[in-house]
Amino acid sequence: MKRLKQKYRYSYVLLKQLVKTDFKLRYQGSVLGYVWSLLRPFLLFITLYFVFTVFLRVGKGVPHYPVYLLVGIVIWNYFVEVTAGSVAAIVSKGDLIRKINFPKYIIIFAGSASALINLLLNAIVIAVFMYFNHIGLHLNDLLIIPLIFELFIMSMALAFLLSSLYVKFRDVGYIWEVVLQAAFYATPILYPVSVISSTHLRIAKVLMLNPMAQIIQDIRYFLVTPSAITLYNLFDNYYVWFIPIGLVIIFFVISALYFRKRSRYFAEEA
Amino acid sequence: MEEEVAIKVDNVSKSFILPHEKVDSVKGIFTSMLKAKKWKTKENQHAIKNISFEIKKGEFFGIVGRNGSGKSTLLKIIAGIYQPTKGKVKVSGKLVPFIELGVGFNPELTGRENVYLNGAMLGFSHKEIESMYNDIVEFAELEKFMDQKLKNYSSGMQVRLAFSMATRAKADILLIDEVLAVGDADFQRKCFNYFKELKKNKKTVVFVSHDMDAIREYCDKAILIDDSMLKFKGTPEEISERYIILFNPKESTNKSQSNERWGSGEAKIKNIKIDTGKNIKVFIEISVKKNIDNPIVGIQVIDGAGVHICGTNNIILKQKIHEFNKNKTIKLEWSIPNIFNTGRYSIDLAITHQDGISQIDWWHDAGSFEVVNKASTPHLVAPEILINFFED
Repeated sequence: MKRLKQKYRYSYVLLKQLVKTDFKLRYQGSVLGYVWSLLRPFLLFITLYFVFTVFLRVGKGVPHYPVYLLVGIVIWNYFVEVTAGSVAAIVSKGDLIRKINFPKYIIIFAGSASALINLLLNAIVIAVFMYFNHIGLHLNDLLIIPLIFELFIMSMALAFLLSSLYVKFRDVGYIWEVVLQAAFYATPILYPVSVISSTHLRIAKVLMLNPMAQIIQDIRYFLVTPSAITLYNLFDNYYVWFIPIGLVIIFFVISALYFRKRSRYFAEEA
Repeated sequence: MEEEVAIKVDNVSKSFILPHEKVDSVKGIFTSMLKAKKWKTKENQHAIKNISFEIKKGEFFGIVGRNGSGKSTLLKIIAGIYQPTKGKVKVSGKLVPFIELGVGFNPELTGRENVYLNGAMLGFSHKEIESMYNDIVEFAELEKFMDQKLKNYSSGMQVRLAFSMATRAKADILLIDEVLAVGDADFQRKCFNYFKELKKNKKTVVFVSHDMDAIREYCDKAILIDDSMLKFKGTPEEISERYIILFNPKESTNKSQSNERWGSGEAKIKNIKIDTGKNIKVFIEISVKKNIDNPIVGIQVIDGAGVHICGTNNIILKQKIHEFNKNKTIKLEWSIPNIFNTGRYSIDLAITHQDGISQIDWWHDAGSFEVVNKASTPHLVAPEILINFFED
């Protein structure tokens, strides 16, 4: 245990400092500073509220639809922040990598950690809106913790893969931008799952096996409304959850191994 | 065990792959695949080839070489930043992971914040830095500036802060890449004191430089790297001599002549020969095209930094030349006592009319010579100064 602590002490010290620096730099020069972390989801909510409950009325059947939307978008934003932010993470730290030998995964880990802190700040705003929408807090809500963990791992897996691929192929940046666009619409964020499942059940089933869809729907289920359609509703089988979770684990292992293998050469290629 | 090995570099090679067309886009892969062969014509550029040496614990070890000789690549391999293509590096003891000062400094952060950030890079926790913060600031002499952003620091201030941080690094083996190249005399003295302290504490130091004075000053042993290969191992004195000999073959005195010359061309300097030894002898021939009354010939010596060290002409020396006769060749020799420090010096030669202003032939950088002294001083010149003790 002590040796383990010794080994990871440097990583831990460095990680903490990198996350701190990231936060310091993020809102530097802005008058409101950290307040923006709270203000952004708040303003987003206002917009969503007007667009989707006053004008478009897409989610008529879903209770607390604005909050339901906000949860989906906040989670998606976390995913985008981690993955899109990671693409150039290694390359932009090239100067550092060429001058000091340190575990490179810390760069990715720090990116994920600071996005996670941002996610927690957003969660405060969500909690406030839940209160005003009379959505009670239950013990069940705690079940979102393993789901957030799954999200953390999933996003980091992509971050590992993208950042190390980008060192060799700068196209990755553009490709990922397009993929994110497509994935945004392929994931039930703006629309309720019922829009698809009521007419194309098969397509809905496939879409829901995407870990991001599974995570978002599960969190909505626990946090906002039990009427959120989850995997169970579509498959009638608890074992089906193993598919997205298994995908995340396998993908994480492969990405991390690839990153580790490539990281030996970041100094000369980045 | 006094003679323990701190670093063992065992037959290490490093090559960088240089594709003829750098393929760094996906489209690039496809188009290169279509052009089948192009994809394979990668060129291996050897940065270092089959280098082996050992550094003992407590040794101050110099790595010497020209720019691009591979010395910094070698240092990066020792630091673990680059992976060797072939061979192994074995390090026993804690090695600092950085090879440059102020790694990770961010210009947008304040001096204080940078201390914590750089401290983390060196492996210090927030608490540990807190306890030594005042010492760091005091050593860097930056008490008043710590809450300013680093981008507002002068480069000298940045280096001072970085150096102050580096001296805190807890490690048995330190890697230093050309620190002395920056900073003023005061800062260099601090470096010097720090190095002395390292030596006293029996730290192992790997020091990369092309400053022979520094190598001779601090190192116990050194290696010379040229053209990616280890050319010589030995004492700092031997290495610095080799270094100068290797890069400046003795006979090529006219090698670095410039074309920067001007004048009326009524007479021209040619066939310059420079001998070094106890006296620097500059032998020149002047071919005269027109009769010139009372010409003046002059010489000056300029060091590598562009400082005019010395010079004279025949008027100063009170040796009047009455006439240069048409179509004659005049031969003359300057002899300057060799009071020079180790280094490279260039020579300006000149012929002017008797007014000293209208130039006939003025040749900037007409030739150059090298001086290798075993005992070098940090002063402009190094004449032989004797010391005598008298006993009562």
